[in-house]
Amino acid sequence: MTTTPDTGATDQSPSLWLSFWAILRSNPLFRYLLRRLGLAVLALVGVIGVAFFLTSVLPGNPAVVRAGPLANEERIERYEREMGLDRPLVVQFADYVVHLAQGDLGESWSSRQPAQDELRARIPATVELGIVAFGLTLAISLPLGILAAVYQGTIIDWVIRLFATFGASVALFWLALIGIHLFYYEWDIAPPPLDRLTIGTEEPPSVTGLFTIDSLLAGDIKTCRDALNHLWLPAMTLALVVSAPMTKMIRSAMLETLDKDFIRTARAVGLPPRTIILVDALRSAFIPVLTTSGIVFGYLVAGNVIVERVFSWAGVGQYVWQALDANNLNAVRGFILLIAVVYIVLNLVIDLLYSLLDPRIRLN
Amino acid sequence: MDMTEPLLALENLSVTITDNRGQSKPILQGVSFEIYPNEVMGLVGESGSGKSMTALAIMGLLPRRAKPQSGHIWFNGHDLLTLSKREWYAVRGSQLAMIFQNPRAALNPLMRVGQQVARVVRLHQSLKKRAAYEKALDLLQQVGIPDSQTRARAYPHQLSGGMAQRVLIAMMLACQPRLLIADEPTTGLDVTIQAQIFELIKTIQAEFGTTLLLITHDLGVVSEVCQRVAVMQDGKIQEVATVGELFAHPQHPYTQHLMNTLLRVDRPTNSRA
Ligand SMILES: Nc1ncnc2c1ncn2[C@@H]1O[C@H](COP(=O)(O)OP(=O)(O)O)[C@@H](O)[C@H]1O
Ligand SMILES: [Mg+2]
Repeated sequence: MTTTPDTGATDQSPSLWLSFWAILRSNPLFRYLLRRLGLAVLALVGVIGVAFFLTSVLPGNPAVVRAGPLANEERIERYEREMGLDRPLVVQFADYVVHLAQGDLGESWSSRQPAQDELRARIPATVELGIVAFGLTLAISLPLGILAAVYQGTIIDWVIRLFATFGASVALFWLALIGIHLFYYEWDIAPPPLDRLTIGTEEPPSVTGLFTIDSLLAGDIKTCRDALNHLWLPAMTLALVVSAPMTKMIRSAMLETLDKDFIRTARAVGLPPRTIILVDALRSAFIPVLTTSGIVFGYLVAGNVIVERVFSWAGVGQYVWQALDANNLNAVRGFILLIAVVYIVLNLVIDLLYSLLDPRIRLN
Repeated sequence: MDMTEPLLALENLSVTITDNRGQSKPILQGVSFEIYPNEVMGLVGESGSGKSMTALAIMGLLPRRAKPQSGHIWFNGHDLLTLSKREWYAVRGSQLAMIFQNPRAALNPLMRVGQQVARVVRLHQSLKKRAAYEKALDLLQQVGIPDSQTRARAYPHQLSGGMAQRVLIAMMLACQPRLLIADEPTTGLDVTIQAQIFELIKTIQAEFGTTLLLITHDLGVVSEVCQRVAVMQDGKIQEVATVGELFAHPQHPYTQHLMNTLLRVDRPTNSRA
């Protein structure tokens, strides 16, 4: 039995950790984040499983696609073995998960490149389009939603609701084609719908991957203008369609808020309508709009795939379209996983915003 | 009292409200009464008799579905019913102001209460931001909020109902309206708090000479605070009298009934007839 000071120290350290842990655990914010993180991991595991098995039962055989139209049975079988498709699905899944744990999405079967590299290369294009489209969506739906609520029951409200209904029912594909037809073929205001820059224009040195910003950073106004020129029509197309549900949500949230007691107080003390609508009502209405912004995200993603396809926009939407076409399953799974991660992060950010906006949540 | 011009005169005011199915029903029918400068006028009646609608009509804040059908609301030589939206904003706050029941819901939940008072100060007293906030703190102190520096930084949900109503009263002080309407300002508050709030309203009324229309169903409060009182039933004014007259000789059977029901607690020996 040796009672050196050392043993005392080793005795202490786990309990030190334990008490540290206890302090952390008693912090409600930490507990909350921990729970959210746990849920996020669970959700991701679910998405990975569902994405894998759903894509596996898609019609078509990836090996046939790779082997080409003239291939014989033997060749197809060889490819199946090469791609691991001859193994039982569960084994394939286990293999997939093991690679995934190492950040490997698997090989993109069309190009034989790692799927994660291809996806990563295409993210900036989608992000740039998405940001501009979302900005336009807000620019359209905020004023429209507010106007419709303030002038509820009048012709203004009626026209705006008609727009929202139209936007919700119009086929995005069709709208994109009409846009190209009018703005490119007929009026020649827009460039041809072929990717992000005029063919032959050099890409700006990559910093953010967003051409508009990178070209400005490089002091290249001409390329920036070219990038914007290519951006506005697809972004506008997407924004028009996404604005429909957004306008409806803002309108109903504003209507609900304008009916609240505190709005009546604001009016009873003579605050101008501008303040009441833009400061009091809008800020309150923003909270329910935020909670439902998952719906908007869904619209943006789905719409994005179509718009990127029609405008030959080299983003992840176009990528997944091509991947589906070619039975390139790892690429499709990678895309689904990417969307799921973005969605989960987005929801976390929304929750944080939520508590920033609402003191009743913040202080609890 | 009859010698002076009334500050506000309702003349034959009728209002109807349209429900979801498009059916309209009258909620005010030929309402007439006057309020004279510096007096405290009571408006009593059972729940649903149209007291709040009368107040909202005066403020030009009737719900969207409620529409004045006929009559006039004379104030300052103008018929309020004919004011444009723009003209209303010169009247609300500075001339007419109103506090409501359920004070916590009547404050913006996303704004610190000090800010809410300060912006009303700024609106009506053309002060700079800093000075307006200082003034708001003064007002909060005046309405009996202890430690107003700290309380000013609170959000409405952190205040009790009584405190919230004090904040609203501070807002009214910032407005300094010629006519203040208080619609059941203590409903839902503790009895002791109720007494305090009424005390505060009375003090302020005396100090600033604000004309007050006090809506309540508490006849005890009426007898203590008001000089005259209008009795309302089913959207009609049944009787207008001074408080003395009303309690001595209630004219209308409904008033007698109201006294019996509302004072039952105070006078348990009263026969119910
Ligand atoms: N939003 C509304 N829609 C339909 N009827 C209403 C509405 N608000 C009030 N009323 C009706 O108007 C009448 C008067 O209500 P109110 O002035 O609030 O009564 P009081 O304030 O005296 O309790 C009541 O009969 C009530 O049913
Ligand atoms: Mg009422």
